[in-house]
Amino acid sequence: MALVLLLALGYPLVRQLVMSFQEFGLAQQFGVAAPEWVGLANYQALFADPVVWGVIARSIAFCAVNAGLTMILGTAVAVLMTKLSGPVRLMLQTGLLLAWAMPVIAAMTVWQWLFDTQYGVINWALVQSGFEGFAGHSWLLNPLSFYFVATVIVVWMSVPFVAFSLYAALTQVSDEVLEAAQLDGAGGWQRFRHILIPTIMPIIYVVSLLQIIWDLRVFAQIYYLQGAGGLRSETDLLGTYIYNLGIGQSNYGMASAVATFMLLLTLALTIGYVRKLANEEDA
Amino acid sequence: MTRHRSLFNVLGVLVCLVWVFPVYWMVNSAFLSPEQVRASTPTFVPFGGDFSAFGRVFDASFVSSMRLSLVVTFLVVAIALVFAFLAALAVSRFRFAGRRGFILTVLIVQMIPAEGLFISQYKMLESWSLLNSIAGLSLVYVAMVLPFTVWMLRGFVEGIPVELEQAAMIDGCGRTRAFFAVTFPLLAPGLVASGVYAFLQSWNEFTLATVVMSPSNRTVPLWLRGLTTQSNAAIDWPGVMAGALLVAVPVIVFFVIVQNKMTSGLVAGAVKG
Repeated sequence: MALVLLLALGYPLVRQLVMSFQEFGLAQQFGVAAPEWVGLANYQALFADPVVWGVIARSIAFCAVNAGLTMILGTAVAVLMTKLSGPVRLMLQTGLLLAWAMPVIAAMTVWQWLFDTQYGVINWALVQSGFEGFAGHSWLLNPLSFYFVATVIVVWMSVPFVAFSLYAALTQVSDEVLEAAQLDGAGGWQRFRHILIPTIMPIIYVVSLLQIIWDLRVFAQIYYLQGAGGLRSETDLLGTYIYNLGIGQSNYGMASAVATFMLLLTLALTIGYVRKLANEEDA
Repeated sequence: MTRHRSLFNVLGVLVCLVWVFPVYWMVNSAFLSPEQVRASTPTFVPFGGDFSAFGRVFDASFVSSMRLSLVVTFLVVAIALVFAFLAALAVSRFRFAGRRGFILTVLIVQMIPAEGLFISQYKMLESWSLLNSIAGLSLVYVAMVLPFTVWMLRGFVEGIPVELEQAAMIDGCGRTRAFFAVTFPLLAPGLVASGVYAFLQSWNEFTLATVVMSPSNRTVPLWLRGLTTQSNAAIDWPGVMAGALLVAVPVIVFFVIVQNKMTSGLVAGAVKG
């Protein structure tokens, strides 16, 4: 077990660190030149490059918007579930579960078809509702609209997990406490704000953290949409940028440096959570 | 109060429709004819369904990618379960030096994004001549699913009182026999859940497959994407939707089985599982 992890994760991790300090491009790939130690040169070049900053800024913005929207909508849907009558709740849960279970790529093909320029049902519905401009509208050409589509898809995929987790937490809140608060005159919003939210805070914390990590590393959706007509240079996020730099252009040194940066970013985000878990482990 | 409830119910139905629509649209489109799909008004219900799309996608490339995915997935599930089982057992039944460090490592590794590591995984497999091979892909997949599988199984093992084993040991069983005769059968649901998790992860995986495999040797998700990588006008949408349906149905079935366990596993940290 430890051996497999070491082999498949530990070794690449070290290798990546090493490569990020090397000049490792096409010449090295074909054995024409040996990898040369360049110290921090890759990192210097990286952080001097406005393109890289653009990618980083876009990734963080994309992550913030998507994780934020997912959490807000997910919490809203979870609270909504507690207010529904039995059959409707079951229906909503079944619907969310179906969407959640969809394999990423299967879902991507469906969304590409929904947003299709010529025959897509979304353009059709918009034209029917009076927005004639959407006849033959191409959603992926403009970067902002590209990110809009990507956000719709990512949020659609992520909300069910948040909603189910938070709903499960909400049902654990004891009725007695809520009733007591009601008797003491607390209104609906007050009960939500001062009892429900604090009680489920630990779950909200974990779920948001996972969401942030997942949205920061988003790859399949962006890669797929770029293939479906997005402009790569203007829509690259960290994942696709690393892929194109490394696998596409064989610039392994630079790609490793960006990847290491991404790893450190993730690590910085999660370290507090991991430490908290480890402490509980001792208790 | 009742007026409120019916208002909420209407909202609930609306939210459900929004989330279900793409799934419905996939099923609907898979049963349309190419002409219906290109009509100026979409067809919303596939009356008199047209099954020809399934015939069009069910070709040699589908079968070979299916075979590849099945082999890789089977290997990953089998290997991951064995390792995860041993690791979960060790962590929850024995107090050993480095136990805390081990749990920490599992937790941290679980957070590592594949996107941050695939360049060097690619180089590693390349130097071992394992690129574009079943062994290579399975190796990176096992590493991908293992941390969470361990974490999940550990929760199950800890849910079984160690007293059961101890009672068996007092009755004269050895430690090993006590474990396999008493705890192991109780662990079956946990093994199923963790196995299904590993199955879903490797069956759906796209990023690493893109990096490791070549276009001639595709797993099912790569095959599915291949159906849409042509000029927009040439895409056979009923065919693509039929393909997506074929890929999604087994996944949805399995997913529904383990959804509960997976969710609680993911958030177990916060509520202390």
